[in-house]
Amino acid sequence: MPISTATLAALRKIVGGEYLLTAKEDLIPYSFDGTAALRQMPGAVALADSTEQVAAILKLVNQVQMPVVTRGSGTGLSGGSIPTPDCLVLCLARMNRILEVDRANLTLLAEAGVATQRIAEAAAEAGLFYPPDPGSMKVSTIGGNVAENSGGLRGLKYGITRNYVMGLEVVLPDGEILWTGNKCVKDVAGYSLRDLFIGSEGTLGVITRVLLRLIPRPAAQKTLLASFPSMEQAAAAVSAIIAAPIVPCTLEFLDRTTIQCVEDYMKIGLPLDCEALLLMETDGHPAAVADEAAQMESLCRNHGCTAVRVAANAEEAAQLAAARRTAFSALARLQPTTILEDVTVPRSELSKMVRFIQSVAAKYKLRIGTFGHFGDGNLHPTCLTNERRPEEMHRVEEAFSEIFDMAIRLGGTITGEHGVGIAKKKYLPKFAGDVQMRVLREVRRSLDPKNILNPGKMFDA
Amino acid sequence: MNAVFNTKRQSRLKQLDYSVLQQCMHCGLCLATCPTYDATLLERHSPRGRIALMRAIADDCLTPSPAFGQEMYFCLGCLACQTACPAGVNYAELFENARAEIEELHLLNSPQRNFIRQLAIRWLFDDMGRLQLLGLALRLYQQLGLQTAIRRSGILKLLPRRLQRLEAMTPAVADTFSSDIIPPITPPFGPRKYRVAMLTGCVQDLVFSQINRDTVEVLARNGCEVATPPQQHCCGSLHAHNGELELARQLAMRNIEQFPPEQFDAIISNAGGCGSHLKHYSRLLNNEPLWRERAALWDRKVKDIHEWLNEIGWQPPNSGIGPLVVTYHESCHLAHGQKITTQPRKILQSIPNLRLVELPESQWCCGSAGIYNLIQPELADELLERKLRHIQETGAVIVATANTGCMLQLITGARLHKIPVRIVHPISLLAEAYRADGASARI
Repeated sequence: MPISTATLAALRKIVGGEYLLTAKEDLIPYSFDGTAALRQMPGAVALADSTEQVAAILKLVNQVQMPVVTRGSGTGLSGGSIPTPDCLVLCLARMNRILEVDRANLTLLAEAGVATQRIAEAAAEAGLFYPPDPGSMKVSTIGGNVAENSGGLRGLKYGITRNYVMGLEVVLPDGEILWTGNKCVKDVAGYSLRDLFIGSEGTLGVITRVLLRLIPRPAAQKTLLASFPSMEQAAAAVSAIIAAPIVPCTLEFLDRTTIQCVEDYMKIGLPLDCEALLLMETDGHPAAVADEAAQMESLCRNHGCTAVRVAANAEEAAQLAAARRTAFSALARLQPTTILEDVTVPRSELSKMVRFIQSVAAKYKLRIGTFGHFGDGNLHPTCLTNERRPEEMHRVEEAFSEIFDMAIRLGGTITGEHGVGIAKKKYLPKFAGDVQMRVLREVRRSLDPKNILNPGKMFDA
Repeated sequence: MNAVFNTKRQSRLKQLDYSVLQQCMHCGLCLATCPTYDATLLERHSPRGRIALMRAIADDCLTPSPAFGQEMYFCLGCLACQTACPAGVNYAELFENARAEIEELHLLNSPQRNFIRQLAIRWLFDDMGRLQLLGLALRLYQQLGLQTAIRRSGILKLLPRRLQRLEAMTPAVADTFSSDIIPPITPPFGPRKYRVAMLTGCVQDLVFSQINRDTVEVLARNGCEVATPPQQHCCGSLHAHNGELELARQLAMRNIEQFPPEQFDAIISNAGGCGSHLKHYSRLLNNEPLWRERAALWDRKVKDIHEWLNEIGWQPPNSGIGPLVVTYHESCHLAHGQKITTQPRKILQSIPNLRLVELPESQWCCGSAGIYNLIQPELADELLERKLRHIQETGAVIVATANTGCMLQLITGARLHKIPVRIVHPISLLAEAYRADGASARI
């Protein structure tokens, strides 16, 4: 049902005419996110500038029972911020202020629309470190990161977004403003509601402010790039590193297809004559860094690695990490449509999973490039295809369905860091089981009884 | 309904190879580098938003509308998104076709706009003779002291804002055109190693003919025989960026005829905006069997002056012109359009006693963007002020930059804001240093 004129007028009053968008030319650019083939036109877009505006909007839409889809920069990879038909898109891009960097308590307070990169920079300026670094961190918003519980390249040693959230300001579906968490390292008063909202994908409330934990900056770091003649040898080297046990900051891999695309874009001299590349970064005390780097290099050589390149300086190291971060978008050079998944398995099962992905690609005659976070078992099989060929798209779906089943069988998960959204909705019940699904539904219904927040995403309420 | 929709004209966006549109996977990595998105935070004013609109037209989900037209002209065309895009989207091609479609459908028609376009783009810049005539008139206006008198009189305040702006931006026309100070053939100093052609540009020829002279001198110093025919044509970039692809195509053919690419080792441009367009003639002439191959050869032969000097190796000057603190502002179409970023810096650093200080956000558009400062003055002013702030932060006394539009924008900005910096082309600094060598050699 289209949004009524009266509701539009009320919304306009809240955010101002300039920031309530209704023209088709204004709405089309909000009809998609970073996923390939999902598209839906919203009824209107409101760009709120404050928590109060968000609260007023939710109060209003709760009365008229209109669906609301919250979004930041729209870089999500599971369709979580794709509009539902005729919904109101609530965009928080204008709420982009960093409110406080507290050096005494090592925290940072920011509005939801601040870009992740700016958080990292503000922390660095204070001599501190905010580790989560999702691929789209240049533009992704911190609110979106919390709502999706985003990962990144440093998950292995430093954890993911969840591990850095100390407090949240959330506007509930009825317009009430809730604060959960604080600057205390220890706090066990009541349920950890904060944890409930992390990864809730815009279904339980609208996150408006985030209190983040910062940590000291590591004193030294070293980046290595190792080439392998086969993917299995690279996987075996990773298993050996983890079993050593060494927990480096980053342990990433790229397959041949991905290496080629990234090199085409970045032109930083990646070796093009190998089947797999491992990007390894160790950080911490200089002595520990030197020791870990030497151990990792020798473990790689023991597992058939043909060459190791050590980044000469911080600039080269940053360039290599940046190159890895562009892998997904760079793969888009080859085919019109790029479909990226993020199945994750226990690290002991990595080579099995990689082999399986290769066999599925062959079975369905598809081109699948794979890269990802070997160190934490999070793989990104990426299908290079064309959404305008329905028959091929059908094969893509079948192939991924098999890949998800296999991940579950190996004790893994259907999504390691992108979220369920629309893309994985179908697979969630199989992964979660009946009991979990019942509890998920009950939690959602109790917080959003009228089902206005991101309806139809993750699971049907 | 507008009558044009009844005609059977094929939409350019629909004719485009669909994969060019599909290449954008809307990952959003362009957002952070787009000045119009940065200023508004609205997706419509972002590269992926604009591509989504173009794609909606190609998919028949959107009828080309005046709002679409305005959006495409709100884009600076700075191409920063092309540098940011890992997926390799050819935004320049999309953007030029979108604007051409807007003009063909007359979406933004108004008597005033039509008159100005007819006069400036179709008539004035179609023939360098006409442009030089205008230059002569302006030169008289300035040299007879009329400009100063009129500016002091306050009479300009009676003009509409846009005209006031145009008057304020009117560049000081040089005393000479390029052809007055550059011979048709300049022999190399010493043995001839290369034979190159020199493109003098249109506005550049009118207001910065000395830069052309400096470029020719620098080329000659480095073993190049330089052909600089006196009557040249516009490169067509103004036309292509403003929806006149047919005129751009004709100008491309005229240029290829005047400078047969087979006869030169390189065809040199010293303006970022011109060079970026000149290197893509094959895109314009792709459907012309008689021209396609020559255009491809032309594209390979066109070199930005900094690029060419870095390829052939230039002789570093012995004498300095300093001590000087210099900062370098990157022309969008040199940095993003041509990916030439290190070469001008290397040239500057080869000059003794010159200290190069990096300009914060050196790749962020200064707001000139062709004729953007005339059609979107508010945003252009914001961008200019941001640029001037950064320039002041560096403490430099000289801003080096290699594009006519940027130079005009920065000269006007520095004059209006009373900032004591000199805006110079990097090659002019190199030429000055060479001349200092010559002077000390004579002593």
